[in-house]
Amino acid sequence: MPKLTIDGMEVEVEAGTSVLQACEQLGIEVPRFCYHERLSVAANCRMCLVEMERSPKPIASCSMPCADGMVIRTNTEQAQKARKGVMELILINHPLDCPICDQGGECDLQDQAVAYGYDRSRYAEEKRSVQDKDFGPLINAEMTRCIHCTRCVRFCDEIAGVAVLGAVGRGTHTEISTYVERAITSELSGNLADVCPVGALTSKPYRFKARPWELRKTETVDVLDAVGSNIRVDARGGEVLRVLPRLNEDVNEEWISDKTRFACDGLKRQRLDRPYVRRNGKLEPVSWDEALDAVVARLQGLDGARIAGLAGDLVDAEAMIALKDLLLSLGSPHLDCRQDGARYDVSERVGYLFNTTIAGIEQADVIVLVGTNPRLEAPLVNARIRKRYREGGLKVGVIGPSVELGYVYEHLGSDAGVLAAIAEGSHPLAATLKAASRPMIILGAGALVREDGPAVQAVAREIAARYDLVRDGWNGFNVLHLAAARVGALDLGFLPQVGGRDTRGILDGAKAGDIEVVYLLGADEIDASRLGNAFVIYQGHHGDRGAHRADVVLPGAAYTEKNGTYVNTEGRVQQARMAVFPAGEAREDWKILRALSERLGRRLPYDNLGQIRDRLVAVNPLFATKGDVQAAPWRPFGVSGALLEEPFQPAVDNFYMTDPISRASLTMAKCTDAFVPSREGKTGTHG
Amino acid sequence: MSTPASVGAVEASSQPESFVFTPENVAVAETIISRYPSQKRASAVIPLLHLAQRQHANWLPRVAMDYVADYLGMARIRVYEVATFYTMFNKEPVGKHLIQVCTTTPCWLRGSDEVLGACKRRLGIGPGETTSDGQFTVVEVECAGACVNAPVVAIGDDYYEDLDGPAMVALLDQLARGEAPTPGSQTGRRGSCPATGPTTLTNQPSLPASAGAVTGADD
Amino acid sequence: MLRDEDRIFTNLYGFESPGLKAAQVRGDWAGAKDILLKGRDWVVSEIKDSGLRGRGGAGFSTGLKWSFMPKKSDGGPVYLVVNADEGEPGTCKDRDILRHDPHKLVEGILYASFAIGATAAYVYVRGEFAREIQRLQVAVDEAYEAGLVGKNACGAGYDLDVYVHSGAGAYICGEETALIESIEGKKGQPRSKPPFPAQAGLYSRPTTVNNVETIAAVPTILRRGAGWFAGIGRPKNAGTKLFCISGHVNNPCNVEETMGIPLRELIDKHAGGVRGGWDNLLAVIPGGSSTPVIPRSVCETVLMDYDGLSEVRSALGTAGVIVMDKSTDIVRAIARLSRFYAHESCGQCTPCREGTPWMSKIMDRLVEGKARVEDIDLLFDISKQIEGRTICALGDAAAWPVQGLIRHFRPELESRIAAARQSAAA
Repeated sequence: MPKLTIDGMEVEVEAGTSVLQACEQLGIEVPRFCYHERLSVAANCRMCLVEMERSPKPIASCSMPCADGMVIRTNTEQAQKARKGVMELILINHPLDCPICDQGGECDLQDQAVAYGYDRSRYAEEKRSVQDKDFGPLINAEMTRCIHCTRCVRFCDEIAGVAVLGAVGRGTHTEISTYVERAITSELSGNLADVCPVGALTSKPYRFKARPWELRKTETVDVLDAVGSNIRVDARGGEVLRVLPRLNEDVNEEWISDKTRFACDGLKRQRLDRPYVRRNGKLEPVSWDEALDAVVARLQGLDGARIAGLAGDLVDAEAMIALKDLLLSLGSPHLDCRQDGARYDVSERVGYLFNTTIAGIEQADVIVLVGTNPRLEAPLVNARIRKRYREGGLKVGVIGPSVELGYVYEHLGSDAGVLAAIAEGSHPLAATLKAASRPMIILGAGALVREDGPAVQAVAREIAARYDLVRDGWNGFNVLHLAAARVGALDLGFLPQVGGRDTRGILDGAKAGDIEVVYLLGADEIDASRLGNAFVIYQGHHGDRGAHRADVVLPGAAYTEKNGTYVNTEGRVQQARMAVFPAGEAREDWKILRALSERLGRRLPYDNLGQIRDRLVAVNPLFATKGDVQAAPWRPFGVSGALLEEPFQPAVDNFYMTDPISRASLTMAKCTDAFVPSREGKTGTHG
Repeated sequence: MSTPASVGAVEASSQPESFVFTPENVAVAETIISRYPSQKRASAVIPLLHLAQRQHANWLPRVAMDYVADYLGMARIRVYEVATFYTMFNKEPVGKHLIQVCTTTPCWLRGSDEVLGACKRRLGIGPGETTSDGQFTVVEVECAGACVNAPVVAIGDDYYEDLDGPAMVALLDQLARGEAPTPGSQTGRRGSCPATGPTTLTNQPSLPASAGAVTGADD
Repeated sequence: MLRDEDRIFTNLYGFESPGLKAAQVRGDWAGAKDILLKGRDWVVSEIKDSGLRGRGGAGFSTGLKWSFMPKKSDGGPVYLVVNADEGEPGTCKDRDILRHDPHKLVEGILYASFAIGATAAYVYVRGEFAREIQRLQVAVDEAYEAGLVGKNACGAGYDLDVYVHSGAGAYICGEETALIESIEGKKGQPRSKPPFPAQAGLYSRPTTVNNVETIAAVPTILRRGAGWFAGIGRPKNAGTKLFCISGHVNNPCNVEETMGIPLRELIDKHAGGVRGGWDNLLAVIPGGSSTPVIPRSVCETVLMDYDGLSEVRSALGTAGVIVMDKSTDIVRAIARLSRFYAHESCGQCTPCREGTPWMSKIMDRLVEGKARVEDIDLLFDISKQIEGRTICALGDAAAWPVQGLIRHFRPELESRIAAARQSAAA
């Protein structure tokens, strides 16, 4: 552990710490542009120069490893002069027009120029101008503003795993470019706008929409996949203008997916902003009283066995417990949250969680992906696998479609037979798994939603047992979910009760007339044509598939408009916070159910958020564990059965449109046009 | 996505459809690749781009860069970076004779302006231009590394040294006639030896007497 | 003056064949096996004792550089890389070795590789030297054929592969880590140090990068002894050196001379004197384009070695001597160098990428006098904002010629500005 002196203060640091990092540990600010703690060190901007004793030249603190006895000074005249000089040189070719730059107000260059620069330019020559590039629908490239820090190039290479950006040419003519004009094909491309320290790469959809100081910032979580990325929602008035990542090392680090970031324009389109009731075959706007009365009229006196409820993928736990409590009070056992029709065993929590945890991926040495394309299903999980891959020594095997993941893997096969062979020990992977010290298996929706999902889960459980996937301090058995609501729903038991029907049973019952009322709580991923003549109540926020089939529409709140609890695929309980009010007359979902219960004479026993959250904890104490993951005990689960011969199919083929919000987003539609190869299957998740 | 377009003026606007190495060049490429550790195929990128350029009329179309990238298992952007960084790679067509006039200070002191002027007079083109018949392209290059034989012009693989205006015109005349001018000093001196004869190495007692018999140096 | 029998490069001008047989007649490869059998430590200490310093410009002790390499093998590869990316304006010595005396280089590669425990050697030759690459490849092939390199080289039980690698037009690849990047198939952008190549060089393995002339001098030193080499020149400035004398001399040429030879003697004896006589001399750039220009007054007495030139605030560099007589537009001569550095900047780090074109633009204006007197100070300031602030030495190399010009020719710059003012007013 080297000990060194910085600005007269002694500090002892881990071996391998850079001088810049050591400065940060002491709270000493060192300006920088190219340095980014999650990217390799380029040391090209030269802004972080500091003085080192016995060195005639200032050193780049970002690339200089600390050594014993080093004496560093960050604030000497030499260091200040060096920074001032570098700053001047960065600015000579940078446009000095911050008022018309979209980065203005949140620009590293602007801030550091004020702090370290001259107050005027001495540059009297012609400035360089660079042709702008078209990087596709998400990233706006104004390359004259580029300061060549290469963060974007390193981000694409290292984090996103798509080597599409480069610094072409040389000297003053160096340009960040794809060379052959093309969009940046990564589900993480939006992060480029964040890593770019200047206004060269900015968010195209957000372009010229607002200045940062006009925005109200709300820290919350994303619900467009089951990762639960931590985000900040920036709004002005009632409009969400952008979504940015928020640091959470355990979940998304400081990245978010393009859907998480850019689907937010879908929040203001196709909104259900008032109640509707179907009259003469047409949905007509009505008052809340009329809508609730229509529901009450249909439910009053109906046998509970003829009522069913389905919870959708974006629904908060509060709404689900309210609906569950209400349906049970009405005597209905027909509840399900698995719109995809999955039937695998959910009796043990450990059987449906991503037990390793996302951060735990960094410890793995073997990963077997089964029926999952994490790049499309959970880009941040994929980024974590890639991060581990870059460390070296990771083996990845894929069972399922052969797809581009951004790292090298062995394609083990396409069907469940491979799993059986591994479970038997007859597959070549057996030796690898046996030798592994931190092996993981990840089951995706492509493997679990099929008819043989339970059998696949069971054989994976066998593999886990045979190869000790669960050992001291390590659980390598994982399910990667697609829906933000799913684990919370399972934890709350939003499942068929004794004698109750599951999703398929409910749809069959509706078609057959046995089920007369179906309550769709944000459930849009079902085949609505199978609802037969059932009376459909749709509660949700978008005029998507569910609402189109509905007899009564009760307008609910999107995730940015309510305080809701979500449990991510790891089993991590997190809370979304209200950033704006629900659209129009829409209301927070649990309150709608609470109001309805009152009219039905079955008043739910909670009047405020605190009380309904107490109810969540009462149903499952895990809801008291906010932010952390409680390891689920490894217990027997699974129902063995026959495995199908057909290959696993992709669960998601259009990453950009998987839910009512992203389907309403114009930006996501543009991405679909730009990035999704075939016209077919652009509807997102397969039911 | 729309049809990929080239980036500005960096690349030729008219690009061929495809490129593959000739069987002979595949063999050469394999020999080159064998010089590097098996996991380091990318090391062969510069030699292979040279090879591709030689095969393709002395310029590198995008398909050739892509071919080399795929051949070596490199990301294409990495090859574009290399091809645009090094000045010897021509991203657009050049004349049959690429006249590379060194104009850096040592050549300039000895009259590279005159050499460039001779090109302009004889061919009617300035640096960066190609004659309309596609025979000649003239470019200015930085130090060719033959300063004591300045001014120097590189044409193809050969250096032509100790030039002046008339000598340059004579060279161009020869090329225009389809002749192959003799490379090296155009004033007839040997290598980098003083024009008036060597001031050193005039007697070499350390050499055995038979040394004088060994001749055959060809420049 | 150096005696002919003390010259290393006896076929400098190519009067004889570069082939193996002729080279052997000239003494190359003699006793190679015995040299190897004396062991690695002996070779390193002999080179250390000889006082040989890097001939590529930086002048670092060669033996010391070799001693930084790991002493014990970890079983993985170790590399010698020979820098034949000659392109420093004013410098054309390595070319003569490559085309006329390639066996000196190949033999030197064997000893140097042996000394540092290398498993393979790459010679990186600038791409424009197409013919030189062919010549060198022939020499390497001949050496393989004769069992001098390859498996069990010279029968001494040491295996060494030697490969020739071609560049493609980038001065910056003469910087050792840029050169390594280039061999790895990347743009020639210098790496930050540490780590130094001896720790993590080519393919992240221990690597030594040496200049062609340095390596080619090694066999003769080992044959004749460290004392012989150390006895030539002055202390810390030992040995012989190839000088390239270009520009306004009567007979531009390359010549091998003793280190520390007076500049005037060098020019008068070998290059036929300054064009128009010594009094017609304006200035000399003594060591390749990056070394600061020295005016005639300094040229009178300066000695051509590391210390001699450092005393006059210039440097020996590559010993590329660019002579300028009084007809020279000195401002344009330096402006052209500024353009060179701007053109050759790799573009990686800010001060060089942005600063070299800025200096070049101001220099271009100064040629015409289209500037203000303050621009001279600004120019000097910019050069100081580049110098010592960059990843590699190209920033320094671009700064020094400009600083040298301002140091010695400021009145010339000011009078041009005044003249331009006057003609504009008139």
